[in-house]
Amino acid sequence: MDVFVGLLRNILEEGLIYGIMAMGVYVSYSVLHFPDLSVDGTLPLGMCVTAALILGGVNPVLASIIAFACGALAGSITGFLHVRLNITDLLSGILVMTAMWSVNLAITKGSAVLPYYNEDTIFNSGIAKMLPEGAYAYRVVIIVAAAAIIVKLLLDIYLKTKSGLLLRAVGDNEQFAISISQDPGKMKIIGLAIGNGCAALAGSILSQQSQSANINSGTGMVVMGLASVIIGTSILKKSSFVKPTTMAVCGAIIYKACLAVAMQLGLPTNYLKLLMAVILTLALVSNNYLSKGRRKQNVETPEF
Amino acid sequence: MSKPLNFDDIVTMQHIYKTFNKGSVNEVVLFTDFNLTIKEHEFVSVVGSNGSGKTTLLNILCGTTAIDSGKIYLRDRDIGDMKEYRRASFIGRVFQDPAKGTCSTLTILENMSLADNKGKIFGLSAGVNKRRIDYYRTQLELLHLGLEDKIDIPVGSLSGGQRQALALLISTMTPIDLLILDEHTAALDPRSSETVMELTDRIVRDKSITTLMVTHNLRFAVNYGDRLIMMDKGQCVIDVCGRQKDQYDISDLLKIFNEISIECGN
Repeated sequence: MDVFVGLLRNILEEGLIYGIMAMGVYVSYSVLHFPDLSVDGTLPLGMCVTAALILGGVNPVLASIIAFACGALAGSITGFLHVRLNITDLLSGILVMTAMWSVNLAITKGSAVLPYYNEDTIFNSGIAKMLPEGAYAYRVVIIVAAAAIIVKLLLDIYLKTKSGLLLRAVGDNEQFAISISQDPGKMKIIGLAIGNGCAALAGSILSQQSQSANINSGTGMVVMGLASVIIGTSILKKSSFVKPTTMAVCGAIIYKACLAVAMQLGLPTNYLKLLMAVILTLALVSNNYLSKGRRKQNVETPEF
Repeated sequence: MSKPLNFDDIVTMQHIYKTFNKGSVNEVVLFTDFNLTIKEHEFVSVVGSNGSGKTTLLNILCGTTAIDSGKIYLRDRDIGDMKEYRRASFIGRVFQDPAKGTCSTLTILENMSLADNKGKIFGLSAGVNKRRIDYYRTQLELLHLGLEDKIDIPVGSLSGGQRQALALLISTMTPIDLLILDEHTAALDPRSSETVMELTDRIVRDKSITTLMVTHNLRFAVNYGDRLIMMDKGQCVIDVCGRQKDQYDISDLLKIFNEISIECGN
């Protein structure tokens, strides 16, 4: 039973952390229809920035916020390459992802892993210290859930503002944004900044959980983010009151649960990335299949 | 050399030159020294065969297509070097494709709220201004399509005709100097296209908006608007207004149209 509870706690912890990244991927992929590969570089960027700042004595909450800002800056570079220099969306992401590798190494001063044990993190200082003794085992889940909820609420509120509405309009129909005298390129850059900011924030929290930064941890993040968004939206599509941001987080938790179950069943760790790719493939295929079936049901077009 | 600018004219196009694929084997010279002025409150219908330059004319005005040389004024503003999205603050445009004028995943209310904020700053205030909802409803009622009761449904679930009517309403909601209609009834079924055309006429008359309409429907061109232009190979072969225009009926137009088409060999 303890093993089961521990496993569940682990899934929730990781699912909620990666859920923050999945919400970012939701903004770039679902809202803007931009397949943003730079996430593979900005998640470890968040880790490295946090590690360097915390080692430098910066408050962990502030370090997390700065990590978000660094990710947002990297994301806006992806946007700039695409919008202003007319480089294709995929290639812009690849360029930033590749460049981030060196940036991350520069931040960690050349080491692939930068540990910072015994330093303050959001899990052992500040609010975490105020938690009652009995909740100690669950402090990571509680704090990560709080972070995910804050990000979710902020995103939900933003998407309802004028700027957020315009962002959705740009993803839907660029010509419409032009018609209302707005520069669609500017909104794309803002959207990518938000998406990569969320990825870097997830990286920051992830690194504080493990008390180390690992520059290799970005591989497969795009795949994981996309899979989470697609799984979440296709499972919860029918419930109209659930916001897409919540769907992305739920998708990330389900995704992590799938991986955890596979590991429990004895899948060697080396096959993890293969499994991640297979899950995304299955999610994409089943999503196509589902939406095809749905389209057939809705052939009745309204009369004028 | 160039005639003095008359700022009573809404649109002044002077000495427009445009060649596509310059220097290649596919070079197409479309406009050589093309000139056009449109007066305030004028409703101009433009007809012409494919490749006559109608749509390019609209794209040049809107800034989608750049010109090789020439001047374009909107009132007294030189808009020749202005980006498309900047020109859009003075120019409203309805496209042939009903999907282009609205956002399908946003609701009618959200679409109207966005359009209502046209040209202003899109900051962090509430996207939908609840105090304006009644105003949007009264605007939708003018369409007589029952859309005022559906403001919370996504635009994607409306029919093509409904979407086009909404696009028309949206593009004329804020004050504009010029309305451009790019074959906006061509993708609709006959009944819807009739409804949208009547609606167009009503809105344009009510708000006395200067309008430039490109159409393939010769009957619309004859029955609506107060100036008729027929284009061929980048030139205006017919340009009549007022009583002169009333002398033309569809069969006359069709005859001239066919003559031109035979010359072109299509």
